[in-house]
Amino acid sequence: MSDPSSTEPGTTGHEWDGIQEWNKPIPRWWLWIFYATIVFAGVWVLLYPAIPGIRGATPGLLGYSSRANVRAEIAAVEAGREQAVKGMMDIPINDLPNHPQLMQAAVAGGQSAFKIYCVQCHGTGAAGSKGYPNLNDDDWLWGGDMESIHTTIQHGIRQPDDDDTRISAMPAFGRDGILKPAEVDAVVEYVVQISGQKANPALAAKGGVIFQQQCVACHGIDGKGLREFGAPNLTDGIWLYGGSRADIRHTVWNAHAGVMPAWKTHLSEETIRKLTAYVHSLGGGE
Amino acid sequence: MQISHGTIERNVTILLVLTLLVVSIGGLVQIAPLFWLQNTVEKVEGVRPYTPLELAGRNIYIREGCYTCHSQMIRPLRDENERYGHYSLAAESMYDHPFQWGSKRTGPDLARVGGRYSDEWHVQHLMDPRAVVPESIMPGYAFLKDRDLLMPDAAAHLRANRAVGVPYSDAAIAQASADLRAQADPNADTAGLLERYGKVQVRDFDGDPARLTEMDALVAYLQVLGTMVDFDTYVPAESR
Repeated sequence: MSDPSSTEPGTTGHEWDGIQEWNKPIPRWWLWIFYATIVFAGVWVLLYPAIPGIRGATPGLLGYSSRANVRAEIAAVEAGREQAVKGMMDIPINDLPNHPQLMQAAVAGGQSAFKIYCVQCHGTGAAGSKGYPNLNDDDWLWGGDMESIHTTIQHGIRQPDDDDTRISAMPAFGRDGILKPAEVDAVVEYVVQISGQKANPALAAKGGVIFQQQCVACHGIDGKGLREFGAPNLTDGIWLYGGSRADIRHTVWNAHAGVMPAWKTHLSEETIRKLTAYVHSLGGGE
Repeated sequence: MQISHGTIERNVTILLVLTLLVVSIGGLVQIAPLFWLQNTVEKVEGVRPYTPLELAGRNIYIREGCYTCHSQMIRPLRDENERYGHYSLAAESMYDHPFQWGSKRTGPDLARVGGRYSDEWHVQHLMDPRAVVPESIMPGYAFLKDRDLLMPDAAAHLRANRAVGVPYSDAAIAQASADLRAQADPNADTAGLLERYGKVQVRDFDGDPARLTEMDALVAYLQVLGTMVDFDTYVPAESR
C-alpha cells in the first residue's frame, strides 16, 4: 500500500491508531441521482397535493384525488355493466325471466355478487348448511318466484331494524312449557311419521292430535307448510335444522328463528335484482 | 466562530440541539397541520361513542388479538369498495382509542361487517369458523360463550375514554353498568340507553337471554361496525 497522504485526492486528516481516511469525492453517478431526486420532489410538490396550509393542502396541478379516482373508476365499470343489463330496472322483477338476454346477463352478475355477499351462509354452491337454506332445491320457506326472492333479499328475514322484513316466530313448545315433555315426544313422533321415516304408530297417532291443535296454524293441516309464515313443509324430507328424531325434538323444544340480513342497506337495487335472478336460476325458481 | 462539520461532530451538545431542530421541523410540517386542517376529520352525521357493551366487545376484540388478522380500514380502491362497501372515513374511527385500522389482512376487513351477518351466524362462526365457512383458517373462540362478561369498571372505561376526548356525558358514565346490561336484555328498560346512544341495537346477541357473556359483547361490537354513517344521505368531499 502506498502512503495515502502522498496520493491525490489526499486524506481528511483524521487519524486513528495510524489508520487514515481517504477524502475521495462522491461518485458522479450517485451525486446526479441525488440531484435528480431533489428535482423529482420539486415536480411532485407542484403536481400532487403536498404543502399543508391553513384550510387545506395545495391541490397540485393534476388535481389528483384518490376519492375522485375511485368514484370515476367505479362509475365507468358501472356504466359498462349498465349496458349489459340495459332496461332491467324498467321492467317489473317478475317479468325478467321473459327477457332471456337480460336474464342471462343478470344471472351472470348475480353469480359474482353471490360469491361476495352470500356464500358465507348459503355456501359456495348455494347448497346451504344446517340453519341456512339450500337454494338449489324447489323447497321454499317464503316463496320461490322472482318477487318473493326479491323481497327476501331486500328486507331479509327477522332483520331487527327493517320494518318490512319477513317475520314469524315458532313457539318454544318445550322450553316455554306449552307442551309437556311427553307431548313433545308424541308430536316429534308424528312429524317423523309424516316425513316418511320409520315411526312408532301409536305414539305418532297421539302426536297427530296435538299437531292438529298446536301446529296446523302455520304448518298446515297436512304439514306441508305455509309460506306466509315461512313455515317449512315437514313432509318432504328437506330439513333446515336436521330431520333426525333428536334434531326435530330440539326444534320443537327450543324453536328456531333464523335471521337473514336485509341487503337493501348494503347493496344497490341493481345488484339485488341480479342476485334475485341468480337465485331464481339455481334450479328451484318458480 | 465558524461552525464547521467538524465542530458539530465533535461537540455533542451542539449536535443534539441541531438534530432536535431538524427533526422538529420535519415533525411540525408533517404532523401539526393535521390538527388544524378542516378536512383531516370531516364532520359526519351519525358517528356516536360506543355503548358500554360495544366498548366491552371492543376490549375483547383487542384482547384476543383480532386486529392481527383483521383490518378495519377500507381504502378508496374499487376492489375493496365492491367487496367491503364504502371506503372508511376518518370520522368513523374518531372515538376509537386506539384505532383498529390494522395493516394485515389474513382475514377480511371488518370495517363494515355490521349488519352483514345474523347474530346467530356470528356466534356459530366465532365458536367454530369452519362450521359455516369450510375454507376458513380462523381459530375458534367458543369459550366466549361460556364466560360471563365481567366489567365492574365500566364507568372507569368511559371516563378513560372521555379523558382522551370521547364525549361521554356524566349520565352515560353514571349509568354505564346499567347500560351495559340493558343492551343485551330485550326486557330491560332501555329509554335511557336509546336517548344516550341514538340508534343503538338492543337485543340478546348470543342466543342465551339468561346470561350476559363475552360473546354478547363481541357480537354487539361487530354488529355496529361501519353502520353509523348513512351513505344514502352523506356524500364525502373529494378534495384529497
